[in-house]
Amino acid sequence: MIGGGIIPPFFMRFSWRPILLLTALAGFGAVVLYSAAGGSFSPWASSHLVRYGVFMGLAILFSRFPIERWKEIAFPLYGVVLVMLIAVELLGAVSGGSRRWLDLGFMRLQPSELMKLAIVLALARFYDLLPAGEIRRLNAIWPAALMILFPAALVITQPDLGTGLMVTAGGISMMFLAGLPLRLFVGGLAGLAVIAPLAFFFALHEYQQKRVLIFLDPEADSLGAGYHITQSKIAIGSGGVFGKGFLNGTQSHLDYLPEGHTDFVFATMAEEWGFLGGLFIIGLYLLFFRWAWHVAERADTKFARLTAAGMGMTIFFYFTINLMMVMGLAPVVGIPLPLVSHGGTAMLTVMMCVGILMSIDAKQKRRGSLY
Amino acid sequence: MKSKGRIVTEGQQSLTFSRRSFVLSAAQLGVGGLLAARMGWLSVAQNEKYALLSESNRINLTIIPPRRGWIVDRAGRPLALNRTTYRVDIIPDRVINKAKLLEDLQKLLPIEAIEFDRIREELEEARGFKPVVVAENLDWNQFAAVSVRAASMPGINPSQSYARFYPEGAGVGHLLGYVGAATAEEYEDQRDPLLVTPGFKVGKAGMEKSLDGVMRGKAGGKRTEVTASGKLVRDLATKPDDPGQTIKLTVDAGLQAYAARRMGNESGSVVVIDCTNGDILAMVSMPCFDPNSFSDGIGRQEWKMLQEDEYIPMLNKVLQGLYPPGSTVKPAAALALLKAGVDPEQTVYCGGGYRLGNRFIRCLGRHGAISMRNAIARSCNTYFYAMAHRLGYDRIAPMATELGLGVKFDLPFPSQRYGTVPNSAWKKKKYGQDWSVADSLNATIGQGYLSVSPFQLAIMAARIASGKQLVPHIFAGQSRPVPAVSVSPEHLAIVHEGMNRVMTEGTGRRSQLNLPDAKMAGKTGTAQVRAIKGKNRGQSGVRKFRDHGLFVCYAPTENPRYAAAVVIDHGLGGARAAAPVAKDVLTYLFDPEQAMATLSSLESGWGGNIHQRMKRKRDAWMASHDPATAAAQKAAEEAANAANAADGNSTTNVADDDETRGTEDRIEEAKAKADAERKAKEAAEAARKAANGPKSNPVAQPSQLPSAATAPPPDIPPPTVPEIADPLSLPGATP
Repeated sequence: MIGGGIIPPFFMRFSWRPILLLTALAGFGAVVLYSAAGGSFSPWASSHLVRYGVFMGLAILFSRFPIERWKEIAFPLYGVVLVMLIAVELLGAVSGGSRRWLDLGFMRLQPSELMKLAIVLALARFYDLLPAGEIRRLNAIWPAALMILFPAALVITQPDLGTGLMVTAGGISMMFLAGLPLRLFVGGLAGLAVIAPLAFFFALHEYQQKRVLIFLDPEADSLGAGYHITQSKIAIGSGGVFGKGFLNGTQSHLDYLPEGHTDFVFATMAEEWGFLGGLFIIGLYLLFFRWAWHVAERADTKFARLTAAGMGMTIFFYFTINLMMVMGLAPVVGIPLPLVSHGGTAMLTVMMCVGILMSIDAKQKRRGSLY
Repeated sequence: MKSKGRIVTEGQQSLTFSRRSFVLSAAQLGVGGLLAARMGWLSVAQNEKYALLSESNRINLTIIPPRRGWIVDRAGRPLALNRTTYRVDIIPDRVINKAKLLEDLQKLLPIEAIEFDRIREELEEARGFKPVVVAENLDWNQFAAVSVRAASMPGINPSQSYARFYPEGAGVGHLLGYVGAATAEEYEDQRDPLLVTPGFKVGKAGMEKSLDGVMRGKAGGKRTEVTASGKLVRDLATKPDDPGQTIKLTVDAGLQAYAARRMGNESGSVVVIDCTNGDILAMVSMPCFDPNSFSDGIGRQEWKMLQEDEYIPMLNKVLQGLYPPGSTVKPAAALALLKAGVDPEQTVYCGGGYRLGNRFIRCLGRHGAISMRNAIARSCNTYFYAMAHRLGYDRIAPMATELGLGVKFDLPFPSQRYGTVPNSAWKKKKYGQDWSVADSLNATIGQGYLSVSPFQLAIMAARIASGKQLVPHIFAGQSRPVPAVSVSPEHLAIVHEGMNRVMTEGTGRRSQLNLPDAKMAGKTGTAQVRAIKGKNRGQSGVRKFRDHGLFVCYAPTENPRYAAAVVIDHGLGGARAAAPVAKDVLTYLFDPEQAMATLSSLESGWGGNIHQRMKRKRDAWMASHDPATAAAQKAAEEAANAANAADGNSTTNVADDDETRGTEDRIEEAKAKADAERKAKEAAEAARKAANGPKSNPVAQPSQLPSAATAPPPDIPPPTVPEIADPLSLPGATP
């Protein structure tokens, strides 16, 4: 390693690449939030930075835990989060028409967010325990399927379709990476293609059908339900290559863009920083995912390998669902863009994932330094 | 697929993981690329579209309607100007909650229940681009109350605009026309967003319409930045409106107003022309609508009232009313005779009429041996019958035309009518008949086929007075040198003397100007509107069969300065009805104080000025057309009809006329009043015959002219019935 004699081993084991990437993202996010508040650190940019600092500390703390500790608490953690989900269903605070929060007195906990993490750990642990020979058997499928379906159903009935789908997608990627037969996935995709149109016409209510149609053609109802997507596209489209300039966005400053500091923060950014700003964010994320795959590839145990890949996939789902939504490629579901959007829960989840990834990475580094 | 039984080792599983993680990471890269491409498509390829949408989001463009050009009189006094008004409209496209909005509005503005229903109705079927009027002519406090809450009432649009204001009101209605909101058809036609701007008015009639393009001006605009909720952030740019041009007329505002008021309750026209240059100084047709009621948007009832008025206030009689000119054309006929070589001193014996073949055509009196000058002064028909019989009308008609009768003048008024100066060729072409001696006789005394407008009569007077072929114009600064008329000054002097004698010893002597240094010369005329039957000479009875009173004149007699024509519809006689009006109008030009004194005493007799009388009439109409009293009204009418039927007089015409006369403060001749009932019966009988019998006499008067000012005039002028005893020989009898 370069400079191995000069830099203390403690710092050498830090995963500098993700820290730099994430700090760049969060910093840029703070810049955008500063503008979204009309050129002011309060109420969003300052708390965003403070939160990022705290959560990064938490991630570094997590990275000090050996991966074996995570392996041990994988199932208990899953169980606790599942109980919390049921508790939310029974006595959770109603917010915006749905039950998502569990008020613990000192903080409001959103168990569905933790479930994204817990499902990855639990499935990694499950396939770690499963003998390699069983992977093409039914035994490899049904316990995992139950482990996914149960929390996903709970989350969806909150109702929080976006998070529920993310939990499901995270779980399915774990099954895919664990090596379940390919035909299951191919068949599943084909089945979905057949069922989706049928479901649209026979299972969905009229208002739900309308929502889907509006997603397909938001301009048809640009003042009503299509308003978010239309205004978001206008914000992104009007930015051009270089954007309108810092603090010069009109869509966000004049309130045409709804949720400009949370779910639609990318549109706020794109209006002022243009196509280049968008490429910057997409580029940073892709570099981060590359690093996550890198960590997974080099992991020495099956559990570490699957966990690292699952964590990366979870963050990827945030990224892709949010960006597809703001660009009009997906219906509006409440998934924020982590590290850029204002809001603590998604950032906490992502930073916990990062912490675990860094913990796996640190082990490789320790091992590497032995040579 | 592969068999289920295949044994998978840890190593193989690790390999699978590697392969599949590669697939997923490649998929991630693909999704990243897709997102970048999508963003490039939005922000680079479609940037123009979205930049435009973003701008139209943020920028609210308000049209500033241009201020309409003023219309001023020859001294620059405004005849039509703009008043600032405050109004509130609803833009249907922007309304979010209709019910809530209407509820809020009701709290802020005093909207009547009927109005409220109309607003709700219009809002339901509104076509997006066209604002729904909530209230106009608000006072500042009401306007401010709505304005401050506008941001919280999406769809509401308080605005300040200009309303056309005509200080003289009804006095200038026909001179200037009126303005009104553009119709949907006009908008489809012109596609100018200005037309649907709340409060913007376009010219709808008269000069306002024909000069709309000049007076409209160019709209300005105000660009403001607004937030999504419609709150104003800042003004970006304001381009002021470019006001329309001011139009300066030759009209004298004081004279115009005076003439309009002096008409009193009569229906008719006054035209005054400057004899030196052809300036139109006054042009009045009364009664008239108040153009101010149109610029505020006229009510349905008020419109109906105007439509049903038998004095047809919507018709500009000066340019659209055609009349047999009667004896007012005798000076013109005299000029034609002189030009044809008739000795002015030659006398004709008037024994009370003229014998044509086996018929005896009456004169107005027994004038004895009479020469040209006195024949003009006493309006002797016999003299002109005899001369016309000798010369034929084809030698008189060119003079009538040269003096302006039947001639088209280029004036900025839509739908004028020009009348007819007949001759043998015209009759041949029109009716396929030969010209008869009776035709010549009739035309020479201003009856028969001859029909002219009051405006042409004024031109005739001005051309006789000045000896120049004056061309009338209404825009200041347009006078050009004109050639003299084709009559020698000596001949003109003879006719001038005849017209002087009219005022000193002849038919108009009671209307001479009461001024020390200006005297008037003129000619009276009384035009029959129907055949004379027995002793009925159109001097009494049903209004619509009464004679028109006409008068043409000029003053002073030496170096004439002003010429005028006055026509009083069914005024019974020129000397009685028209000449006194002309006297006062011309007096106003020389001694306004004397004229105003006369007018105030007259107006107190009539019951107030034009405005007061119109208001009273409108109120009476509204009261009688109110649903509550309508039933009672109808019952009363039926009772009256039953009474009439019992008297053997079943026509409702007469009853109506009596009623109208009751409300109008008309001057009635005592004798006519005494005979009223008997005459009414006769008139009703005549009317029935006219309506039923194919051989009966066609009857025409201005009240049969098109009732709306915008209706195209019919091609054929209404034939009029001459002053001859035997109706069956009349030209008008067998058209």
